[in-house]
Amino acid sequence: MPHSGQLRNPVVLILAAVSALFFVLPLTGLVIRAPWSSMTSVITSSTSLDALWLTLLASLATTALALLFGFPLAMLQARGRFRGKALLRGLTTLPMVLPPVVGGIALLLAYGRRGLIGQPLGLSLPFTTAGVIVAEAFVAMPFFVITVESGLRSMNTRLEDAARNLGAGRLTVFRRITLPLIAPSLLAGGVLTWSRAVGEFGATITFAGNLPGVTQTAPLAIYISQSSGQLDQAIALSLVLVVVSLAVMIGTRDRSRGG
Amino acid sequence: MLEADIRLHLSRLDLAADFSAGPGEVVALLGPNGVGKSTVLRALAGLLRLAGGRIELDGTVLDQPAGHVFVPPEQRAVALMYQDYLLFPHLSALENVAFGLRARGQDRRAARAAAAAELDRLGVGGVAAARPGAMSGGQQRAALARALITEPRLLLLDEPLAALDVSTKAEVRRLLRGALPGTRAAHLLVTHDLLDAVALADRMLVLEHGTIVQTGTPAEVTARPRSGYVADLTGVTLLRGTAAGPRLRVEGDAELVTTAGLTGPVLAVVPPGAVAVHRERPETAGANLWRGEIGAVDLLGDRVRVRVEGPVAVTAEVPPAAVTGLRLDDGGPLWASIDPAAITVYR
Repeated sequence: MPHSGQLRNPVVLILAAVSALFFVLPLTGLVIRAPWSSMTSVITSSTSLDALWLTLLASLATTALALLFGFPLAMLQARGRFRGKALLRGLTTLPMVLPPVVGGIALLLAYGRRGLIGQPLGLSLPFTTAGVIVAEAFVAMPFFVITVESGLRSMNTRLEDAARNLGAGRLTVFRRITLPLIAPSLLAGGVLTWSRAVGEFGATITFAGNLPGVTQTAPLAIYISQSSGQLDQAIALSLVLVVVSLAVMIGTRDRSRGG
Repeated sequence: MLEADIRLHLSRLDLAADFSAGPGEVVALLGPNGVGKSTVLRALAGLLRLAGGRIELDGTVLDQPAGHVFVPPEQRAVALMYQDYLLFPHLSALENVAFGLRARGQDRRAARAAAAAELDRLGVGGVAAARPGAMSGGQQRAALARALITEPRLLLLDEPLAALDVSTKAEVRRLLRGALPGTRAAHLLVTHDLLDAVALADRMLVLEHGTIVQTGTPAEVTARPRSGYVADLTGVTLLRGTAAGPRLRVEGDAELVTTAGLTGPVLAVVPPGAVAVHRERPETAGANLWRGEIGAVDLLGDRVRVRVEGPVAVTAEVPPAAVTGLRLDDGGPLWASIDPAAITVYR
């Protein structure tokens, strides 16, 4: 029996199919052209392993920083009452729409060796792994802040009032009411931030440079391999990132949607 | 024993409510929506700081701006049952009820055992494992259990029956009537439903325009209302005027004859059944007869209430059969007469 909401318009169906193919074909290309016979040696080459290890390290550090610093910022933006809140929110979410290379230049001017505070503080972040993390945090943390902020906004704060009336101090209320209730937002924001950090390219190469083993993350290594004619390595590394991203997406999909 | 003198500046009005509630006493705070009833509860619970006045519970001052005293909500022996229950959605009913004990430092096992016993006592032991979202009923009992288990010295009930349908309302009213007197706490019940107040409360406070306009037992308040709000709820007509023996001069420059003997400014209540209405001027009529216009007509169960606008606006009650005979739907003039003996006059 045809369902009343069943989509039957052929124009819509054809356009949707084109759109779906558009996404599926590039991935198919990766799988078909992958150097399956030499896969193990390509991936375990020191360049690949260094890049993958660095990517994992920097993206996890970025996610941890987002949790440590981004969570309080999200609280402030969701619940604080002060002048200039809209401006603050605009500025802290700007990196989401800013071209990452612009972010990289801006980071150089602020935290670079001769930057605004880089010079007086004697910072030397460029060409260090810490620089990679700073670049990734600049680009990816806003995803965490905006997700957690909206989670905090949609939460019923009267539940926290109810908990206080039952004798819970602020810390207990935070731990037993606020945290569990916004856990889905924390997870979703963390996944978004982490995956954005894994894929970071423009800000990283501009601010931290492309030093194998130190600042060359997987996306940088893929780009360098491809432009230096080592297509096999580029494809193999790309496949690794595809598989990891897919796994994370499937693994967190239901949990980050609520519940 | 609660002694409260609550002074707050709200956006629309200034609140100044002075009242008390003894141990075990159920006091109803009755008033129309938007007069600050819930604000009073929030102040008592400590979710809102007073602008002036003081709150004292069992000899402990909880809030007194003049003395820079403010006890935070988690340190007050005050529990609040919310209209929408506000059960924690991520915890089971049992964990919800145990929450207050756990927050006060009881260990998990003892708190859970006490919570299970409390749910059983209120007849909802079966929902203990369910989360609020999965409960098909019993939320109000779980919420009441959560509020009662900490043995508060003051229990605040915010419109506990407002969101319920008629049959559940009766059930929860019975539940409250059974559960509340068991404690030595002072109870403050906020409602805009006169029936809830009459059924549950020992004493009523009527809050209007930011102040308490009347205090008394439900019987006193309904028999001799001092506010148009309560008079409207009970369906009587409340008149303000000046009495000189049997003569009562009311606002609108009209005079009524009563059987009372007071002198000076008084209030008078006219029950709707004491008002007779006629389309033509009745020939046998004596005192208290005048010509008015048909105002609002309301059907209330098996009675019809008619507002007669005139020198003295009164509400009359007629049987539905009379509506057709009196052609009330057509509007127009209507004669009203009041039996002098049925008018209650009081100061």
